[in-house]
Order: sequence, then structure tokens, then C-alpha cells
Amino acid sequence: MMLDALYQEIILDHYKHPHGRGLRDPFDGEAHHVNPTCGDEITVRVASDFSDISYDGLGCSISQASASVLHELLVGHSAAEIAPIHEAFVELMQGRGQVEPDEEVLGDAVAFAGVAKFPARVKCALLPWMAFKDAAARAGVDVGVSPEVKA
Amino acid sequence: MTFDVARVRADFPILEREVNGHPLVYLDSANTSQKPRQVLEAMREHNERHNGNVSRSVHTLGTEATTAYEEARAKIAAFINAGTPDEIVFVKNSTEALNLIAHSAGQMLALKPGDEIVISEMEHHSNIVPWQLLCERTGATLRWFGITDDGRLDLAHLAELVNERTKLVSVVHMSNTLGTINDVSQIVARAREVGALVALDCSQSVPHLPVDVRGLGVDFIAFTGHKMLGPTGIGVLWGRFELLAKMPPFLGGGSMIETVTMARTTYAAPPARFEAGTPPIAEAIGLGAAVDYLSALGMEAIHQHEQDITAYALKTLSDVPGVRIFGPATPEGRGGTLSFAVDGVHPHDVGQILDAIGVEVRVGHHCAKPTCARFGVPAMTRASFYLYTTTDEIDALARGLDQVRKVFG
Repeated sequence: MMLDALYQEIILDHYKHPHGRGLRDPFDGEAHHVNPTCGDEITVRVASDFSDISYDGLGCSISQASASVLHELLVGHSAAEIAPIHEAFVELMQGRGQVEPDEEVLGDAVAFAGVAKFPARVKCALLPWMAFKDAAARAGVDVGVSPEVKA
Repeated sequence: MTFDVARVRADFPILEREVNGHPLVYLDSANTSQKPRQVLEAMREHNERHNGNVSRSVHTLGTEATTAYEEARAKIAAFINAGTPDEIVFVKNSTEALNLIAHSAGQMLALKPGDEIVISEMEHHSNIVPWQLLCERTGATLRWFGITDDGRLDLAHLAELVNERTKLVSVVHMSNTLGTINDVSQIVARAREVGALVALDCSQSVPHLPVDVRGLGVDFIAFTGHKMLGPTGIGVLWGRFELLAKMPPFLGGGSMIETVTMARTTYAAPPARFEAGTPPIAEAIGLGAAVDYLSALGMEAIHQHEQDITAYALKTLSDVPGVRIFGPATPEGRGGTLSFAVDGVHPHDVGQILDAIGVEVRVGHHCAKPTCARFGVPAMTRASFYLYTTTDEIDALARGLDQVRKVFG
């Protein structure tokens, strides 16, 4: 069933047991993003060396699990390491289900491959990643080119 | 049951389709309703046989189109018991109707700092934002009624909220999230005491229950075609004629003028004054056909059917573990729009799983973020019913919710 592609066990696990959730100090950059169509919200804080990435939010399983996966994948890495992961995730989500994800790069985030087949949910998955990118920019760190997010 | 829902359903071609391998269970009519064959046919017939522009052509097609357009106006006037068809202004949707009132009535009232507009926490954004904009432009103050815990308008401070400074009150007749049908008689009586105008957002009431504008005693109502079996792109502003006659135009352009020179323009009488440009002609005719369809069944019978469905749904959903219903818990004073939370599951996830078995509900803030905030949630799941809804469909919803609990349990 199509739904199984969306609600992968990994996604539900991250939703029910999120990694690194909760806003922490100290931090160098913070961003609050809202999905205006559904009202989902997320706040992401980063230390400029990414020794911590903390977040809190309200939203569906896809957006919240995506934040948990982001934390797990990116925390403790350098900007140079983060940029290709960020880019690969955005590419996966905008691939309309046609992009084969690389587990070496994306880890648990490969579970979001199915989300790309549900255009209405792509924005949910990208919400924490866009907030993260903004928070990093506010901390003075560039984590790659800004992709165009399509509805 | 005298209301033959099977016969009604046979008129709606879309109800025969499947979604994700399951029969369509359409529970999103408060968002947009489906259209019967009769409406689709009327629009097709117009476009295939009678298409011409209205109010400006001497030729036969233009005359036929104008006649059909004006007949639609007359049907809609009768449907809501308006005094005359000239009180019916065709607009794009309820949002445009409410913006028109805020703009033109706002200008007529010459609002200034110290004046007050009163709305409520139960409003759709379309009955909040135009008033915020008006207050920003004029310096007037926006105030609002709250909502009680059981989802009714809180009128405890009516006399203080609606006072000598109040120039206009605009509230919703039936809530698009809570389903509450507001008895506005007290508000109207108080507004009359202080000389304030009253506008009513009837987007959710005109499609579902008998609405008599003269009986309500209000000054303006707004509603939209696509929630009452008609097409998108057509809505209605009804206003008392003597008020419309005093109001300045909203949009300027063709059709709304009396005469134009390079120096100045004088305006046509209502409703033409408020219908600048070529209107949505086929859509108005489609809405006329929708009103014919609803009238033939009878709004009282339709309302009764929805009351029966709502009672069944309230009972069925209250038996599903973990479901919390927002708004009135009994069918009295509420319509067939039912919002709820599923404990521990975000509405988007509820909606996605229901869609997988063909059950179409709305999830999100329903363009009523203050109402959601009032009940402490960012979003709700909403099932909304109409004349074609069956108890089997409510059962399908309940089965879907069991599935939701299995996935997220």
C-alpha cells in the first residue's frame, strides 16, 4: 500500500522517540519557520561549530521526524560535511519519488524517499531543514546554496 | 426516512469514483461541495448555446446571457427571501463580499479613531483580516466576542462589547470549524439599540439551512457558490437596498458606471455599482441551477437530513477511543461540520491515513487560527456533511480512525 511508503517504521520511530528535541543554550543562531498552509512550526538553534543543534516544534509526524533525523545526521559535523547532506536531502524531497537516495550520505533520512511521492507533504519534511539553514546563516555559517522550495 | 439520499447521490457523478482503490467517502463539503449533473448541465448548456457578454449587447446571444444571468439573481434573491433581486450583488466569493462591506460600508460610515468594529474569535480569516485592514486604515478599534468552552459565542459581555462607539458588528452565522449555529438575535437587538450595522458571514449556513435575511434582521450577508453545489468563482453579497444605495463603489471599471467623462464619473445604482467588469456569467447561472436543485429538495428537509447524520456522527465518533470533539456535543444549535482531535496524532497524519482508504476530510487550521488557538491546538481534523452524506460514510470514517490508531498506537 502507498501509505507504507509514507509512514516508514523509521519515521514513526523518530516521531515517537525524537532525538535531541528541546531548545538548548548556548547557541549562535536561531530560526523559527512556519508552514503557512498547515500551521506547523519549528524553532531550530545551532552552535556555529554545530556541536549542538536543538529544536522544538509543533506539527505532523513527517515534520517532527524530519527534525529528529536532521539532528541525528548533522550534529557534531562541520559545515563542509553538512552541505552535501543538506543538498542530498533537499534533492531527494524535490525528486517526485524519482531520486534513489544514498544511504551512505543520508542515513535514516532515506526513509523520507516515500514522502517525495506525496507533494502535499514535501514541505512538512523540508520545514526543519530550511529552518536549520536559516539558523546556520544567522550563526554566520553557510551550509550551501539556497534551494527553491516548490509547493 | 422521507429524504431519499440514494436518489440524491445518483445526481452527483463524482460520488461514483474511487480514491486509492476505495469508494470515495467525501466528508469535506464545508471546504467545497460537489456539483450535481443539473448544475454541470446548466453551465454546459450556457457555454455551448448562449454565451455572450451581459448587460451590453444588443445581439441575441448577449440578450440570452443577460436574461439567464438576471434570472439567476432573482432565484438567489428568492432563496434567501431578499426584498428585491437588486439586493443581490454577485462577487467572486464570501471573501470578496466581506472585503466589499469592509471597504464600502467602512467608507460610508466615515470611521475614525474612537469608533469600534466588533467581530468574534470564531471567525474564518476572511471575516477577520478585512476588518483589521479597515481599522489600520481608519484608526478604528477592533474588538471581539470570545468562545465558550462548549463552542458557543460568549455573549456575557454583549452590552459592553457592543456599545455607543460600535459602528458595525460582523460575525459568523455557522462556524466553519466548530459547526456552531449562532443565534444572532441578541446581537442584532443590541446593535440596533446602539445604531450599529450587522453583517453575517453565511458561507456555512446558506448552503445547509433555510436562511431568511429579513427574518434575521441583519444588514448584510455574505456567502459563496461552491459550498452550495455551485461552481467556484461566484459568491453573493446581500445588503439592504437603502444601505447599498448609500455606499460608494468597491472596484471601479466597466458596468458600474452611470456616466464617465475625463473629469469625473457617476455610478450606477446597486447591484451594478458593485459589479465592475465582466462577471462570472456561466458561474452565476450555475449557482442559479444549484439554488433550483436545493429548493426542489427543500432546505428544511436538507437541514433535517444533516441533523440526523450529525447526531449519528457525534455518537459514532464519541465511541472511538482517543477522539475529542470540538464544539457543541449535541446536534442542537450545530450543523454538520465536526472537528476533532485524535489523541497523540497530528491531524495531517489522520488525514493522510483516511485518504488512503478513500475518506476525504480537511485537516489544518481551517483558515480559523484564532478558533484553533482558543482550544489550544494548532490544527484540527474536520469531517463535514451535506445532503449526499450517508451513515455508511460515517462508519467508514470510524473504521479509518481505528486504522489511524493502529498506525500510531
